[in-house]
Amino acid sequence: MTLTPDVVAPEHLPVEAMDVVGRRLVHHDFVEKVKGSLAYAADWQLPGMLFGRVVRAQVPSARLVSIDVEAARGVPGVAAVLTAADVPHNSIVEVASGGLGEAEVPMPVLAGERVRYVGEPIAVIAATSLQAADEAAELVTVDYEDLPGVYDVDAALESGAPLVHESGNVLVNWRIACGDVAAGFGEAEEIVEAEYRSQRVEHAYLEPEAGVAYIDNGVLTLRVATQVIEHAGTIARILNLPMNRVRVIATYMGGGFGGKEDMTVEPYIALLAWYTRRPVKMVWDRQESLVASTKRHPFVMRYRTGVKRDGTITAWEADIVGDAGAYPCLSPRVLFAAAACACGPYRVPNAAITAKAVFTNQVPTSAFRGFGAMQVTLAYEGQMDLVAERLGLSAAEVRERNFVAKGDLLPTGELLETAVHVSDTLRVALAEAGEPPRPSSPGLLTGRGVACNRQPYGRTRWFRDRASAWMTLEADGTLLIRSGITDLGGGQAASLCQIAAEVLGVPLEAISVHIGDSALNPPAGGTYATRQLYMSGNAALKAATELKDQLAPVAAEMLDIAVGDVSFRNGRVGLDEPSAPFLTVPELVAACSARGVSTTVLSTFEAPSASFDPRSGQGSTFPDYTYGTHVADVEIDRETGEVRVLRYVACHDVGRAINPLRVEGQVQGGVMQGLGYALTEEIVIEDGVPQSMLFADYLVPTALDFPDVEVCLIESGEGKGPLGARGIGEPAIGPVAAAIAAAVHQAVGLHPLRTPMTPERVLALIDQADGGRATAGAGPTSTTKKEQEKT
Amino acid sequence: MSPTGEGEENTVARAEPMRLTLQVNGTVHDVIAEPSDTLLDVLHDRLGLGEVRYGCGEGVCGTCTVLLDGEPVSACLMLALQAEGRELTTLSGLVALGGEPGAEMHPLQECFLEEGALQCGFCTPGLVLAAYSLVERVGGEPSEEEIRYELVGNLCRCTGYTKVVQAVRRYAGSKAGPK
Repeated sequence: MTLTPDVVAPEHLPVEAMDVVGRRLVHHDFVEKVKGSLAYAADWQLPGMLFGRVVRAQVPSARLVSIDVEAARGVPGVAAVLTAADVPHNSIVEVASGGLGEAEVPMPVLAGERVRYVGEPIAVIAATSLQAADEAAELVTVDYEDLPGVYDVDAALESGAPLVHESGNVLVNWRIACGDVAAGFGEAEEIVEAEYRSQRVEHAYLEPEAGVAYIDNGVLTLRVATQVIEHAGTIARILNLPMNRVRVIATYMGGGFGGKEDMTVEPYIALLAWYTRRPVKMVWDRQESLVASTKRHPFVMRYRTGVKRDGTITAWEADIVGDAGAYPCLSPRVLFAAAACACGPYRVPNAAITAKAVFTNQVPTSAFRGFGAMQVTLAYEGQMDLVAERLGLSAAEVRERNFVAKGDLLPTGELLETAVHVSDTLRVALAEAGEPPRPSSPGLLTGRGVACNRQPYGRTRWFRDRASAWMTLEADGTLLIRSGITDLGGGQAASLCQIAAEVLGVPLEAISVHIGDSALNPPAGGTYATRQLYMSGNAALKAATELKDQLAPVAAEMLDIAVGDVSFRNGRVGLDEPSAPFLTVPELVAACSARGVSTTVLSTFEAPSASFDPRSGQGSTFPDYTYGTHVADVEIDRETGEVRVLRYVACHDVGRAINPLRVEGQVQGGVMQGLGYALTEEIVIEDGVPQSMLFADYLVPTALDFPDVEVCLIESGEGKGPLGARGIGEPAIGPVAAAIAAAVHQAVGLHPLRTPMTPERVLALIDQADGGRATAGAGPTSTTKKEQEKT
Repeated sequence: MSPTGEGEENTVARAEPMRLTLQVNGTVHDVIAEPSDTLLDVLHDRLGLGEVRYGCGEGVCGTCTVLLDGEPVSACLMLALQAEGRELTTLSGLVALGGEPGAEMHPLQECFLEEGALQCGFCTPGLVLAAYSLVERVGGEPSEEEIRYELVGNLCRCTGYTKVVQAVRRYAGSKAGPK
């Protein structure tokens, strides 16, 4: 949609137009994808290639008494069956927060003594055919001695609970605090308190985990679907190899969403290829992926909010507990993001926030689009809705009274350095949504929900993040970009091309980008934390600008004009006037060559660094945030509790849309994934035993389930990414569940406190609301302090 | 003991491999396959048709969609031998069914490009083939509801379907010609 001055203040209207950036362009990857010719990780075969299989634990908590692999080794075609004893260094210690306070808990590559979740790898097999590998896997005999386990965070935190790891069930306990919370609550005229719970969900990228490992010129090489080629170092450690003897090549992924941020097949194919000295391919079955791949953390979020009668927040308490599953993975960082974003886009003078990651005997949880900052939206927006209801204010009013602004301090004590247009996103989204829905028949209830968010992009500043890009102008005027960036489908590589095309005036078709190779590309860091446009986009901008600066004096000399007047546009180098003499790019490259001026540049962008003090809960966290508002209209069947989404509008300030076509796609996809999370998706595990075993049982939204997602973009031009862009990959999923919950609240009269909002739960809410209307006091699970004091 | 097994060059004892004749994208292929090989195995691994992709093995996700005598089917749910004597079309064969002479892609694929109806691209071949078969069957412009109903067997986790539906509508509209 085009934003007009009657909805948005003129200073927030789109940033000035550019030649290439900001245009709805189709890139190289789109063409290959739509032709079906892009080779993904599983589309790779080598001579003599073996097929790998992981043998996984069948019980959630046990001592491994013995593993018998003799029969498996005897299956014709089996080249190797490896167990813990065969792993040179059978321990991965992930210190995800960089050592700011989590317990250092090792995860074995293959479990040798103890099993901690159903699906934990205990052996790996390579065979000449997948059938032989499967047959061998069936013949691996494991003798377990069952041990007591813990299957939810409440049980895990009880005193005397069975320990998942000897160091205890709490992996990390973050604290962020500011002001005087007791005084803030004393000052409050109303206090709203509620407990929100979210579920475990699956990334469900359409491309299952896959890769091929082989030895190339003495280097163990993995061609794998991964967001992070830097795992090469971890793989080297596992095999006791020098780090420069392991190379990881990331394929273009068929979706990642954080699920390919931790290693998936890598350690297993690496081990098998190293032992057999043959290429080994592994593709996880979908059913295996459902059981054993990392998931999104279920959260328990206990919130307490104090407000003045006009809606102004005086105090804010949040106690967040995330279920980490059996091993750390990235949980410390996920829970940190939850803590840092626990107050949403609101000004909170007095805050006390804690966020724990707790071990249970279930599949590990780790990165998933939104990364902790997403789950808390249900809670902080739920609090705002409960406050609005209590005070008789509209959803918009109570939010407007509390939005943060540029220059405000967050509870961590850090300053918001860039424009905050969350209020504009709210007004734009509401204007776009128009008239609220009305029930189309007496058996239906309707409601409109609004939810806003503040979600980060970029790694926390204490990681001293950096990304490099290497650009070369070839003799024929084409441009070669090399970057260690990985592309999970969001156009990560394409955006670098668009930025370079803008700066150097080289047509997009004349740009080739080589990515994701730990040996041949300059390091860019992984594609996670919505960091690549910010980091590698800035690196690409810097490289292109430096390359231009390197070539401009040559052009100036040849054209006899001032260096400052040399412009690079549409393949012409010279004065930016149609009739002025100019050089073509090949002519300029030839002139540079004759003068010994290099046409290649390697540049590194370094994000500003700062520190955080985990004891005081004060310091610097994320580089910047993306803000947005979503509006959802729903219709609910009174009899079945089924929620039908009628309308969905999403508005974000993206700073500057490098390619609006892809930005819209990111927002639409994020919303759809969020709708699945809000309403249909759940990985069910009962007493440690997975119940969601088939893809048919896991309800990923289909084309028929939800309406079009209408996207409104605001371009404030104030992001910290290249040319003022902000990251959008993760922020787009943030407000969805909260918007649906708010719409259900408006329709039913009570606020849903759990996701997914299944028909059963919504029906129970309807019954509770009807009961509440009949018998006073039987209200929502949420209660207010004042109410409690009265009874 | 060595972790390396013995007799690794042998194959598992099983039914005899058989010779199959498959007609794919207008070309006849003779392939040797196991009776248990799925159509997906043979198309992807033997014939090198990378656009026919394993996504779930349950017939739920649609990434292995091919046209069997013009109708979309999940290649993971069929044995290769069941496709003998039938006409198979995968995405790379679509251009021959309606593209301009010498064109790189079918007009429906061009509509996907123009609308930006993809991101990771893994589900795209299946979506395009399912949409193509719908438009052929309807013979005119399918309604949004019909499009969404037809695509229900092709999951997309990236786009949210909005642009996919727009692309199909655009194609059907251009095919039906000006009103």
